[in-house]
Amino acid sequence: MTLESMIQKYPASPEYLVEALRDYQMAKNDHSVTESEIVKIAKYFNVTESKVCSVVSFYSFLSEKPKGRYVIRICRDVPCFVNKSESILKTLETRLGIKPGETTPDGLFTLEYTGCLGQCDHAPAFRINDMTYVDLTPDKVKAILSEYREEKS
Amino acid sequence: MLSRMHILICGGKDCLSSHSKELRDEFHLVLSELNLLDEVRLVMAGCFGLCSQGPIVVMTPGETFYSHVTVADIREICEEHVVKGNIVERLLIKEPIDKAKIKNYSQLKFYDRQRRIALRNCGQINPTDINEYIARDGYLALGKVLSTMSPAEVVAEMKKSGLRGRGGAGFSTGQKWEFAAKSVDDVKYVICNADEGDPGAFMDRSVLEGDPHSVLEAMAICGYGIGSHQGYIYVRAEYPIAVERLNNAIKQARELRLLGKNIFSSGFAFDIELRLGAGAFVCGEETALMASIEGNRGMPRLKPPFPAVKGLWGHPTNVNNVETFANVPAIFLKGADWFKAIGTEKSSGTKVFALGGKIANTGLVEIPMGTTLREVIFDIGGGIPNHRKFKAVQTGGPSGGCITEAALDTPIDFDSLVAMGSMMGSGGMIVMDEDNCMVDVARFYLDFTVDESCGKCTPCREGTRRMLDILNKICAGNGTLEDLDLLESIANMVKDSSLCALGQSAPNPVLSTLTHFRDEYIAHVVDKVCPAGVCSNLTNYTITDKCIGCTKCAKNCPVSAISGTVKQQHVIDLSKCIRCGACKKACPVNAISSKPLPKEENK
Repeated sequence: MTLESMIQKYPASPEYLVEALRDYQMAKNDHSVTESEIVKIAKYFNVTESKVCSVVSFYSFLSEKPKGRYVIRICRDVPCFVNKSESILKTLETRLGIKPGETTPDGLFTLEYTGCLGQCDHAPAFRINDMTYVDLTPDKVKAILSEYREEKS
Repeated sequence: MLSRMHILICGGKDCLSSHSKELRDEFHLVLSELNLLDEVRLVMAGCFGLCSQGPIVVMTPGETFYSHVTVADIREICEEHVVKGNIVERLLIKEPIDKAKIKNYSQLKFYDRQRRIALRNCGQINPTDINEYIARDGYLALGKVLSTMSPAEVVAEMKKSGLRGRGGAGFSTGQKWEFAAKSVDDVKYVICNADEGDPGAFMDRSVLEGDPHSVLEAMAICGYGIGSHQGYIYVRAEYPIAVERLNNAIKQARELRLLGKNIFSSGFAFDIELRLGAGAFVCGEETALMASIEGNRGMPRLKPPFPAVKGLWGHPTNVNNVETFANVPAIFLKGADWFKAIGTEKSSGTKVFALGGKIANTGLVEIPMGTTLREVIFDIGGGIPNHRKFKAVQTGGPSGGCITEAALDTPIDFDSLVAMGSMMGSGGMIVMDEDNCMVDVARFYLDFTVDESCGKCTPCREGTRRMLDILNKICAGNGTLEDLDLLESIANMVKDSSLCALGQSAPNPVLSTLTHFRDEYIAHVVDKVCPAGVCSNLTNYTITDKCIGCTKCAKNCPVSAISGTVKQQHVIDLSKCIRCGACKKACPVNAISSKPLPKEENK
């Protein structure tokens, strides 16, 4: 879907800026907006480019930096933490060879932290794009990662 | 068409992730084979609250409660329970402590002490069908309000009920409505704050997913009371199912003209739009939330002016959270006096708590205000699993504090929790046992606040970071007694001088642990040991001779630090060990000990 057709679903009013940005990024494989896209979005919503940049830099779901096709957002809030989310993070780091904030060289996975996913009674939990995974163990994580790898190949 | 039996399958997120959709498909298949689809109705219900027992299936009439149901059990349930009327004993839910099997779910201690007002429909109705909500007196309160009450009477009734905001500070909902009603403006707004971000709290998600119409109805009642015709629900993007169910509910309510123009032919118009967040905790603060709805960075501003005077786009705005709104239709249906009679004098009604951490029954509980923490944790929550000892309970998320054993018999309400150095917050309740290090817990909450601080005011932006530095130093084994004093003074400074509630409450976890668990801090800085065996620089993992050589620890170790042959005692290579504790969790015979390092090794 082109940028134009995507943002035109929203009225050209600044109040829809955050949502339009989020939707557009979700639809893109690299989950980010480029400089030239920011220029177009600013024009459409009739705001300054710096305003768009300020919004993008504020919210953790928005980014100017290209991300992997699958963004893994691991919850590290207290309920997950007391249920050993640390070992889940370590498994992800070892398996993917990246730290939070980084993307694998093949562009497949990005690892990030997220705020509470509300799955506290089934901690630890993470999200991959729109899917939430709960009751994680290192073994389960390994299986989930291979599933995503297979899907790609 | 009437059905002789309903089979309610929990469609809450947690049960969905434990395959409740597959259960439904199997039920459908078996029932159609048995030619029973006309007689028996399958319902994907909202969350039953008892998530640790999921997936859950409830059979009505009889309210038989089956737990941990798998696809393989479905045929037996259909052939025995549905056809012959025999209860499948082996699937009945058990009490966590005495393992007694429970036939009828109201007998379960977990529900017995509860009183469900905000969660009245969760798990009882299909949340995607407005008719089921209407069948349980849904939209009746709105009809009553629009046909028999004046806006001033609505506000007065709300004040009389004594309902206080369930999202944090516990401000009187009726007073909020009154302020907004008194502001003179042609345009006013009603906002539902569904940006539930407190770690450990998920009651708002459950209401939105299990009973979305109750929020819509309450917002319309509020709109009528304060003179507003437009509502917004601000939902966090982390809750995709809630968003989907809300969108569906708004569409259905519009179709039946329960939202829109001329509702109940009263001439009153009210409509609701959804707005989605994009991952910023601070947007739960009402002024930040409004900035986000307007399409800006979600940063809080100074109050006054309060939103009731100058809110969204400069117009008077009333902001309440999801659970608060979920109480409203029940109050107008049964009367303020009914509601006021529940709970304590200054905190009427019930409160939903999300039980988490080291507790047998994790999940949501709704209890009358004034219930003691002991009742919640030990009677309803089933106590601490694995024969561990209770240490503390953390309420109010990153804004709250830790409460110790000594305070367990205090009745819970807004004011008693504040008096104990904690707060109600949104109702997260995280239980800690002797394996949790309180210094580490405080550090953890602070790490969260540092991450989520929006950066606008200096005390919060810089102060929380300095506090985190000190806590990191203590956990690493480099702290001194002077650090504790410095920590306390920065904490008080941040509390007194931050701009919004996020910063003002951020030091609570530190201050409350400093008060109640000072001995643990002192053990870290003076003796250089972590008594709970959590802080890795002050702890070692070893495998004792209890080891049966099952290899589970080695398989679960993320860094392959454990070696050994099958049926032989395994060994941890301490130079590779990252002290994550995965081995200890995986060990079936509790053979892995995490002991503080002997003192000399630290020197």
